[in-house]
Amino acid sequence: MQKEDMVPASVFCIRHNIELSFIHSLRQYDLIETVLKEEEIYLPVSVLPRLEKIVRLHFELDINLEGIETITHLLQRIEVMQEHINELTNRLKGFEG
Amino acid sequence: MEFIDYYKILVIDKNATADDIKKAYRKLARKFHPDINPNDKEAHKKFQQINEANEVLSDPEKRKKYDQYGKDWQHAEQFENQRQHRQGQETYTGGDFSGSDFSDFFESMFGGGAGYQQAKFRGHDLHAELHLQLTDVLKTHKQTLTINGKGIRITIPAGVENGQVIKLRGYGAPGVNGGPSGDLYITFLVEDHPNFKRVGHNLFVTVTLDLYTALLGGHTTIETLDGKVKMKVNPETQQGTKVRLKGKGLPIYKHEGHSGDLYVTYEVKLPTQLSDEQKALFTKLSQLK
Repeated sequence: MQKEDMVPASVFCIRHNIELSFIHSLRQYDLIETVLKEEEIYLPVSVLPRLEKIVRLHFELDINLEGIETITHLLQRIEVMQEHINELTNRLKGFEG
Repeated sequence: MEFIDYYKILVIDKNATADDIKKAYRKLARKFHPDINPNDKEAHKKFQQINEANEVLSDPEKRKKYDQYGKDWQHAEQFENQRQHRQGQETYTGGDFSGSDFSDFFESMFGGGAGYQQAKFRGHDLHAELHLQLTDVLKTHKQTLTINGKGIRITIPAGVENGQVIKLRGYGAPGVNGGPSGDLYITFLVEDHPNFKRVGHNLFVTVTLDLYTALLGGHTTIETLDGKVKMKVNPETQQGTKVRLKGKGLPIYKHEGHSGDLYVTYEVKLPTQLSDEQKALFTKLSQLK
């Protein structure tokens, strides 16, 4: 991965006014992917939307990391099921009327 | 513009303490937060109301003003003086909103939404729906959409499904403090066609045959989505017979040059209002059995 595809975790933390230890905790919970380069933690740009969502859930809604882990898992399942429902609805339409 | 009962929105009574308000807000925000309810417009709307109620009730000064004048908000002159004192004040807002997400009622009383307390790295995502006719998905084409007053030219891929969502990176709300913009999610809503049923990339159509063509064979012209096709009808074609027109369905999404099939079901229509001669001939025919 090229360096320009990543953001230093420290920069992200300053922008969001959060502690770097929060990123360490997320790594421990396997909630985000990080890259260690020259003793600095980098965040791939692709994980930023997910990370920002986690930051909002934790700091705005006071949800702990165990809760976030559960929520993200359930949201992924909902997304898969939603796609499945959509596909079935479209197929069903073909047999109606 | 209607009076909004912020206490009712947060499900608290008028004597609620600051702690009660905080607890009620947190509880409801967890339930309706857009991050937990993606693509749910109702939840988003509800969260805006909760956010607005909290914005007012968690601020002692605003709460006092609301309690004093809330129901008589139309007496704008009385509020005007107080409104002038408000300039520059920023209060806590727990949601990911811009000032424009506040109700007219709120704007009327407090003169606009509150500012952010937290710096936002990336603008929030926007969601839009695009209605298409079935014929619109036959070919990849470009269309201009207006999102928040801004014209965006997008490519609509051939074969797109009803309910399919595409993401346009960077076309969401602008970022804050130089951060990148959010993404734009477009849901395609493909209208049903009066004649053709769609199942994936295959199409189904019912075609009526007259008795004589069904019995003796011949030709019939079938309307497909992209033109007419002349079809040979075999003699003694039965009611409900299905034939497949290969490649006459819809294009397969992201598989340029490949299409599904069109399935034709024949419906044999019996003649009505028979003449005496026809009746005699059918009688004769029936006696040949």
